[in-house]
Amino acid sequence: MDLGNAASLACFLPELLITFGVLAIVLIDLMVTDKSHLGQLALVVAAGVLIGILAQAGTPSASLFNRMIVFDGFALFFRALIAIAAVIAIWMSIGSKEVKSCDQGEYYAILLSSTLAMLLMASAENLLMAYLSLEFVSLTSYILTGFLRHNRRSQEAALKYLIYGGVSSGTMIYGMSWIFGIAGSMDFAAINRALSAGGQGSVLAVFIALVLILAGMGYKVGSVPFHMWAPDVYTGAPIPVTTFLAIGSKAAGFALLTRFFYPAISHLAPGGAWIALKGVDWPQLLLVMCMITMTLGNLAALQQTNMKRLLAYSSIAQAGYALMGLVVLSNDGIRAMLFYMLAYYLMDAGAFLVVMIVANQTGREDIAAYRGLAWRGGIVPAIALTIFLFSLTGIPLTIGFIGKFYLFAAVIRGQFYLLGIVGILNSVVALYYYVGPIRTMFLDQPNGDEGVVSAEPWNYGLMGALACLTIILGLYWAPIIAIADRSLNFFMGSA
Amino acid sequence: MSHPLTLITFIPLAGAAIILLVPKGQQGIVKWIAAAATLPQVLIAIGLCQGFDTGTAALQFVEKYPWISSYNINYFMGVDGISIAMVLLTALICFISVFASFGIERAPKGYFTLLMLLDTGMMGVFVSVDFFLFYIFWEVMLLPMYFLIGIWGGPRREYAAIKFFLYTLLGSVLILLAMLGLYYYSSPVTFDMTQLAARSGNYGMNFQRIVWIALFIGFAIKIPAFPFHTWLPDAHVEAPTAISVILAGVLLKMGTYGILRVNFSILPGASHELAWFFLGTIGTINIVYGALCAMGQTDFKRLVAYSSISHMGYVMLGIAGFTAAGINGAVFQMFNHGTITAMLFILVGVIYDRAHHREIDGFGGLASQMPLYAGITGFAFFAGMGLPGLSAFISEVLVLIGAWQLHSLMTVFGAATAILTAAYLLWTFQRIYLGPLNEKYRGLPDLTFREAFTLVPLGAIVLVLGFYPHLVLDLINTSLVHLNQLVLSSPLPAALASVH
Repeated sequence: MDLGNAASLACFLPELLITFGVLAIVLIDLMVTDKSHLGQLALVVAAGVLIGILAQAGTPSASLFNRMIVFDGFALFFRALIAIAAVIAIWMSIGSKEVKSCDQGEYYAILLSSTLAMLLMASAENLLMAYLSLEFVSLTSYILTGFLRHNRRSQEAALKYLIYGGVSSGTMIYGMSWIFGIAGSMDFAAINRALSAGGQGSVLAVFIALVLILAGMGYKVGSVPFHMWAPDVYTGAPIPVTTFLAIGSKAAGFALLTRFFYPAISHLAPGGAWIALKGVDWPQLLLVMCMITMTLGNLAALQQTNMKRLLAYSSIAQAGYALMGLVVLSNDGIRAMLFYMLAYYLMDAGAFLVVMIVANQTGREDIAAYRGLAWRGGIVPAIALTIFLFSLTGIPLTIGFIGKFYLFAAVIRGQFYLLGIVGILNSVVALYYYVGPIRTMFLDQPNGDEGVVSAEPWNYGLMGALACLTIILGLYWAPIIAIADRSLNFFMGSA
Repeated sequence: MSHPLTLITFIPLAGAAIILLVPKGQQGIVKWIAAAATLPQVLIAIGLCQGFDTGTAALQFVEKYPWISSYNINYFMGVDGISIAMVLLTALICFISVFASFGIERAPKGYFTLLMLLDTGMMGVFVSVDFFLFYIFWEVMLLPMYFLIGIWGGPRREYAAIKFFLYTLLGSVLILLAMLGLYYYSSPVTFDMTQLAARSGNYGMNFQRIVWIALFIGFAIKIPAFPFHTWLPDAHVEAPTAISVILAGVLLKMGTYGILRVNFSILPGASHELAWFFLGTIGTINIVYGALCAMGQTDFKRLVAYSSISHMGYVMLGIAGFTAAGINGAVFQMFNHGTITAMLFILVGVIYDRAHHREIDGFGGLASQMPLYAGITGFAFFAGMGLPGLSAFISEVLVLIGAWQLHSLMTVFGAATAILTAAYLLWTFQRIYLGPLNEKYRGLPDLTFREAFTLVPLGAIVLVLGFYPHLVLDLINTSLVHLNQLVLSSPLPAALASVH
């Protein structure tokens, strides 16, 4: 059903909570002198949002605010993911040395605003809302990236991010204007109806519009050729922010990408296969993008000597893997993508967390700082990082393997054999650079000048939780696939 | 005893958990925990062999529980004649290799934990019948192996470890794709190998060929079959002694086991068509090429590694013969190669521990200093040559008899290589143990009790099976004959039938 403004608020409580949380932090920041507890407050807000979103499970689907945002299983899944990203990022911020030097009030207020923006992006069902929320995410991300005011790399990263972001979103809104011209509406359901009916404009026009729109969405998920910002931003930003962008922003991007390309401009045939409306061949385009993304990400990662940069290229490659699920035009594929997003969350956040622990204690982010980590007191983070990196590679006993398994299963079932081969070869190439840090940590002896790494209870707690989940869900993942199954429902409404 | 297969697989894992709990100062106890965790495995394995019904080709000691039911993935274990000998071999080699590892000084806790994990992985591969479970165990083995070579290995350990990892991962992912192909080709979908095999008549010929070749490459890397063998000498040379023992004794067998369990059982049609080249011809190349390479080596361990490649060729050739003798000989050869090569690697380790190098030309006349050691080495070398009265003689003769009908030319090459094998082994023996004594090594101590303890049981098995091979052959015969019939009875495409 389609709800008006007032009636919508009941489904909008988590977003309202986060809005009040932002305001509260700004106000308290003005009033108190001891800012050290603002982080905890933000954590409570984010956890509350997560619980609020999880409590919404089972509520019937609806369109909110006169069809601006949608409330359905798919949105719920991604909103929960984004809330998890916020919890992880705030938890990490509290334990981060870099962030301690920043202005606490502003930092957490902007981090929570960014979360709000991502929540909106994950549930937008109108091109206008999609554009506004995407810009909102971008603006807050620029600020967060440049938050280390005295760090030149952080500043440079923010500027690069801003320029790439401006170009991409400009391109995207131009594409949206084409779609508006063709379909006569910005509403996803209306676009779907117009394209189904044939509508105005040629296939080529629609195709060009989609290419332009893909610039904006591809930029958010970090897919080639819109990925160039990622290595610099991931390297320059404070590590909790990097993590937040790597998981939260990517998830929001995937949510919008999927919702636009699937329910808006495709048609679900019985049996779980999707058909592109008007015969516009965007799946081929996405296929090529996907293969190039994973290959380029992996090849570029081979040469990296900085951990954050390595993980940045790795996350480009991971976006490529997740895109495999969207290329195959089936519910199998989307389900696999959903599962993979969650897997990616655990392992990528975990890897960044270990990077932060090492950076906290040694002040270094290069791979050489990991030399002999296992032999100088850091055996626990070394084992945890090993688990996360093997999971990113896709080795069994980890959730990363199960994620890849579902993706490849969807690819094989859809008979995309070339994609399967490219994906498989990429996994092998990826092993080489993922093993690099592991080799350094275990196989090399410390030189003695790397410093000792000792336990940090706060960070070790989260790290242990993520590592355990990575393995436990790799052994028994039936509940997760059941959730992914339930989340495969797109509400289109009646209007 | 209920659930023997679960027990035999996971007891080492429990051992690993206990090892992890050992406090820092008490590391001396770790190796005894490992020994205590592998001994029950040997006992269970012997119990399995005794309780094994040799009259049926069906799976025995079956355990089946749902795991992820929405995708029809099951925890499904069982043994038949194809795997029972391998289960016994794995238990035995793991037990021996724990004692061969007693000298490990660096981080013994980590070492034995990984060793136990490796043990679980290997055992799991041989007992699982669900393809998904099989694959999990297959991959799980890689991780401990990587660290065991990489941390406790020789000077070029990093290179050898990553090379091993990359090669085998490439193989595994091909197996993964093939597995998914089989899964979706079956209806209703299943990973159950017995059901996949039961539907083998439904698979189209082209589909069979593609899947067969993907699986073959995956398994061939493990064997290792020419031209995928280059990781093996590196891995062997750098690995610590006990890991070389496991690598040669058990890991290589997984390749040929996989071919029998998956390629032959599930895709008999493609096996019938493709085996003559992929197993017969490549196997013969393995035999000859491995032996020639072994002749050219100056490093003792590298020589044994290449001789492994040569001996695994007999297994491939035997399978390709499509006769009861050939396939029985092949699996028996897997068992014998496991025991004999394990001895050879322990023997190499013994000399390396004393002299800290393995240059064959750097020794001389050691027999006068270490008579027991020289004696056992001579015994192991004779076993490697396939001398009558020792186990490898029976298996190699069975392979050659079995392959003769279909591949007479290849069999001639295979048989003639026995001369090369004798040449490089005897020449090595002469250079190390005979001749004038290298004065540097005067007074080198003979075998310790522990070293003898690891060698003598293996030697006894080699000797007993040389006179009474039925101990193993009876176990494996029924299933293998059944499997061979299955492949032979599946029709060949007309064009290729004339080749045979």
